[in-house]
Amino acid sequence: MKTQSLLDRQSIVVLALLAAAAILVPVLNGIMAPGSALHLSDHLVPLLGKYICFALLALSVDLIWGFCGILSLGHGAFFALGGYAMGMYLMRQIGPRGVYADPILPDFMVFLNWKELPWFWYGFDWFPFAALMVLLAPGALAFVFGWFAFRSRVTGVYFSIITQAMTFALMLAFFRNDMGFGGNNGLTDFKDVVGFPLQAGATRLVLFVLSVLALAGGYLLCRWVISSKFGKVLVAVRDAESRTRFLGYRVEHYKLAVFTLSAMLAGVAGALYVPQVGIINPSEFAPANSIEVVIWVAVGGRGTLAGAILGALVVNAGKTWFTGALPEFWLFALGGLFVFVTLFMPRGILGSAQDLWERSRQRFRTNRPAEALSPAAE
Amino acid sequence: MFCLRHLLRAVVLLVGFTATAVAGPYEDALPKFSAGSYSETDEAIGAVASSGHPMAQAVIEALQDGRLLAGNGQVFIRDPSGGLVNAATGQAFGAAPADLKPVRVNNRVRRAIEAALGGLTLLSPNAGTRMEAARAVFRSRDEAALPNLDKAVGQEGDAGVKQALQEARAAILLTKADASAEDRLSAVSTLRARGDQDALALLSNLSADSPPALVAAAQQAADAVRSRLEFWSAVQNVWYGISLGSVLLLAAIGLAITFGTMGVINMAHGEMVMLGAYTTFVVQELIRTYSPGLFGASLFIALPLAFLVAGAVGILIERSVIRFLYGRPLETLLATWGLSLILQQGVRTIFGPTNREVGTPAWMSGAWEIGALSLTYNRIVIVVFAFSVFAVLLLVLRYTSLGLFVRAVTQNRRMAGSMGIRTSRIDALAFGLGSGVAGIAGVALSQIDNVSPNLGQGYIIDSFMVVVFGGVGNLWGTLVGAMTLGVANKLLEPYAGAVLGKIVLLIAIILFIQRRPRGLFALKGRAVEA
Amino acid sequence: MSIFNISRRNLMALSAAALVSSALAGTATAQETIKVGVLHSLSGTMAISETTLKDVMLMLIEEQNKKGGLLGKKLEAVVVDPASDWPLFAEKARQLISQDKVAAVFGCWTSVSRKSVLPVFKELNSILFYPVQYEGEESERNVFYTGAAPNQQAIPAVDYLAEEEGVERWVLAGTDYVYPRTTNKILEAYLKSKGVKPENIMISYTPFGHSDWQTIVADIKKFGSAGKKTAVVSTINGDANVPFYKELANQGVKATDIPVVAFSVGEEELAGIDTKPLVGHLAAWNYFQSVDTPENREFIAKWKTFTKNDKRVTNDPMEAHVVGFNMWVKAVEKAGTTDPDKVIDAIVGVQVPNLTGGVSEMLPNHHITKPVLIGEIKEDGQFDTVWQTDGLVPGDAWSKHLEGSKDLIADWKTLKCGNYNTVTKKCGA
Repeated sequence: MKTQSLLDRQSIVVLALLAAAAILVPVLNGIMAPGSALHLSDHLVPLLGKYICFALLALSVDLIWGFCGILSLGHGAFFALGGYAMGMYLMRQIGPRGVYADPILPDFMVFLNWKELPWFWYGFDWFPFAALMVLLAPGALAFVFGWFAFRSRVTGVYFSIITQAMTFALMLAFFRNDMGFGGNNGLTDFKDVVGFPLQAGATRLVLFVLSVLALAGGYLLCRWVISSKFGKVLVAVRDAESRTRFLGYRVEHYKLAVFTLSAMLAGVAGALYVPQVGIINPSEFAPANSIEVVIWVAVGGRGTLAGAILGALVVNAGKTWFTGALPEFWLFALGGLFVFVTLFMPRGILGSAQDLWERSRQRFRTNRPAEALSPAAE
Repeated sequence: MFCLRHLLRAVVLLVGFTATAVAGPYEDALPKFSAGSYSETDEAIGAVASSGHPMAQAVIEALQDGRLLAGNGQVFIRDPSGGLVNAATGQAFGAAPADLKPVRVNNRVRRAIEAALGGLTLLSPNAGTRMEAARAVFRSRDEAALPNLDKAVGQEGDAGVKQALQEARAAILLTKADASAEDRLSAVSTLRARGDQDALALLSNLSADSPPALVAAAQQAADAVRSRLEFWSAVQNVWYGISLGSVLLLAAIGLAITFGTMGVINMAHGEMVMLGAYTTFVVQELIRTYSPGLFGASLFIALPLAFLVAGAVGILIERSVIRFLYGRPLETLLATWGLSLILQQGVRTIFGPTNREVGTPAWMSGAWEIGALSLTYNRIVIVVFAFSVFAVLLLVLRYTSLGLFVRAVTQNRRMAGSMGIRTSRIDALAFGLGSGVAGIAGVALSQIDNVSPNLGQGYIIDSFMVVVFGGVGNLWGTLVGAMTLGVANKLLEPYAGAVLGKIVLLIAIILFIQRRPRGLFALKGRAVEA
Repeated sequence: MSIFNISRRNLMALSAAALVSSALAGTATAQETIKVGVLHSLSGTMAISETTLKDVMLMLIEEQNKKGGLLGKKLEAVVVDPASDWPLFAEKARQLISQDKVAAVFGCWTSVSRKSVLPVFKELNSILFYPVQYEGEESERNVFYTGAAPNQQAIPAVDYLAEEEGVERWVLAGTDYVYPRTTNKILEAYLKSKGVKPENIMISYTPFGHSDWQTIVADIKKFGSAGKKTAVVSTINGDANVPFYKELANQGVKATDIPVVAFSVGEEELAGIDTKPLVGHLAAWNYFQSVDTPENREFIAKWKTFTKNDKRVTNDPMEAHVVGFNMWVKAVEKAGTTDPDKVIDAIVGVQVPNLTGGVSEMLPNHHITKPVLIGEIKEDGQFDTVWQTDGLVPGDAWSKHLEGSKDLIADWKTLKCGNYNTVTKKCGA
């Protein structure tokens, strides 16, 4: 078994591309004159920022699914919780600029006759507190949920289904107007973040760069986790959970730790997503969204961190393009893509590309037919 | 049926009254029908009904059916054959004035019609009509109907109708200030015996300035009715729960095969249900076009077709996609999710995005009243149907060779293969069976839900919850799971509301899975780790 | 396969390529056509309602082009699918305005989708026509609300029930989201101001897509049998209505006993239900297909020809788009340009005939005047208009019956403000 270093060749490529994005996008958008062929149009900046946030979310799913075998169909819930924490901060930042000019209460509370701010909104006017909640809210939920689930050894499909139940229950709860999170309309009409107006191009660019940095940081964190001894145990849990347990590892502790970490990453992704798209609403909790995230990972290549990023970018870019170019038929294309990938590229785009590369290299070396090398199918 | 009723009424008209053609309240009231205002129409109905004129019933019935035409202060009845009759004279009228328009009705007018007809048809020779009349009078509590009512009670032969008539009489007498004290007290006990919401409303709304003895009796009766109703409402809630449970059972039972025994996380399951519902729509559409007489049987025709359509699509999916993915359950999730998107959009492209109308056959409309329970026929049918599907499926898996093979393959694929079972064929058939069952569930669900491309999405999560809660790989688990969730949901709903109730239930499932990680009825042995 | 090829390159190449191609496409066609954005969900849960509105926009644009276009140019529809996904609405709106350079956008159905795109329209200064009845409490410079505000739908309906049907007890049943919440708040305040006691009002909320109505219908029956005339005011959202009405019919709740007046059920929703048991239940809208005017007959005929389907029905939001589109056309002709600022100034006061025989006017608060019609459901799934307002009712952006908004008015003509406080005499305070 080869040892993995923190920065293998793939990682360097990923980080280099992210660095290029962090530099090129502001340059092309901010410095190139509008109208020049190289100018990056304004509307693409938040769009790309959104993709980057989705990539971070996909990365968090890949960390637990690809490396620990935990398939969460409820990761959208952590993403949305992070988003709500940020959204609440942004709501409080509006202050008296809301349509009713109430200095404390957000608009939706005013017209539904709320008299005072619910207790759980306290503190969200202070950015460090909100930032902490971005990590803590999803982290705590994941910790409690995981603590119960892993201790009782809920695994496989059962775990997936109850994570789905979790996000579904949260969606219903947040849809309720009595909860105090704005119900179906969610939180919207944000004005500025830590003093900078959200509508300004420069703020957008900064948010984009921050998202890229978060993605790069998240990537490095995941690399560090999986290349450590801790990561080796995770892979062992993925491949043979009982055996790992018999070897004396407290499997549930490992799972709980990585699940909580992953939920926090998802929360960060959500927090960066909200100011860039300008709305957070309970439909982010929809089970379908969480399934879609898993599909991004599968399309890109499960178990390869770079693949998760790639998958999120490809599917979302495809969605953007298809919904504009083929509005009536894009679901066929998207559905077809999922079926195609599962059937013909079981290791995703990146995994298949690696396979192809390995195989051709080995064929070159040994001059033997490729079929002989691949392990016999079941 | 309809014609017969009219014929009978015509006979009544001829026998029961002698025509008088002098100007009276009837003739005075008629022009109000042509005023074009609902309140004047309302007044006219009351005047016509109490006029005792032989044409009164015919006029009001014509109004109910939209056959009463008015214009220039004149009123005409169009008989079913198309001829016009002058309402004032009862004579056929050849050339109608040009600007005749049907007299318009709204809810208020319809209510007045019902009340008036109730009073007029109390003495009808048809027991069904008399029953309806008694109920209408009970609702309207029109004191004008009292003489007719007394007469009707005296000569009524049918026990059921007689009771209804007495209840109607009691409803009037209870609030009639100038009625005798005994009459009013006996009205209280009649209503107490009736014991439903309407009786309760009457008893508890008795004005306080009535005689004290009456008020006390009414109070007591109201309390008795209230406690009776409370008991029945608990029973009713359980029934709602069972009926919701059987909807869940229907939705989940196909999944219990494809997911529960085959291990395919079939996200396209809901779309199979949807295909079944659309099959019902197509069948009904064809029947409407080609032989409307068969409409009552449309669901029976749709059932096998839905099974075949959904089953065939299921087999197609299994052969083209799923069979490459056995042993990789999580990947079946991805592929079937993709397929569900394609199927949804496919249906949307073919049938359009809007809801399609699936009608309810007459034999499924209405409700069965037993005690204070009201069980709607369509829910009864669905409950019975769900249990039958369950029983048949259980028998198929247990006693047919297909069932034996399916169980063998799912328990140990290689061993089954070695015994000479063609495992891949069994896979396809089992998946087809599960999908087909989902299809027939769609036929039933088309009766209570939207038939739209989103139909399946609404059931997929609930179905998974049911199967997982009950225990994967066990049909009995699915049954118990569905019923538990259905009843629990309905018992929670009155206290927590529909939304919170559902949230509480989801949390309960999550916690339950912690206690029993493999559901209510867990499979034991080797299959567990597979 | 092409998707994969593109994706292997880095992201910059992708976006640069998209940019170049769109820039080229943009310059090639911008001179000849005026683009109109159509932002309605064609997939997902809202496709059921919104697809029709996309079709009606395509028809209106085709009609306008037959008449010679606008300002001597052809109109061109740019259709996108925001897929019932609210952030995607914002993304698509941004794309329509800054990439496709549309002159105006017609779109959205749900309030949340409108809220999602609002900041985009404000930032990029474009125009949105919003065709659906909504909860009010909003007036933006860049948005024109051609659907009904609560005072153009809910309050007249309640008045009708109280006067014509003598209703004394009220069930306010709705889906748990902002439109029903606000509407019910307004109605509650209104009913109480008319002397209705709190125990005679029952409010019930259900989740989206609620399909098991047994308990609630039974509750309504129970509430309705208290000896006083009871009516249900339904703000139940689209999808949940079919099972609701099916349950009503099955439990034998007839319109003569407990009438249900709905604000979200129109001809399209009824097309999916067997309406025979529902005869007499009501709906309040500003347009019914059954309204017999020359304008409406012509519109229905055109619609059936355009969709090549004799059974397609028309409904209220479609009429709102017709009125909104004609207002926009008139305003563009008046301003002589499609420049948003000029059109926004020009459109206030523009009058166009609506399909119910009146002339609707764009008000300074960016809402329009509308007639209010109450219809009873007929056996054929159409409505029989049983009552209508004498004239047109101007839409209120801010409800007089809500505490937070009773002092607010909107006026974009003279005050240039969407939330002017008449007490403090300040904008936005």
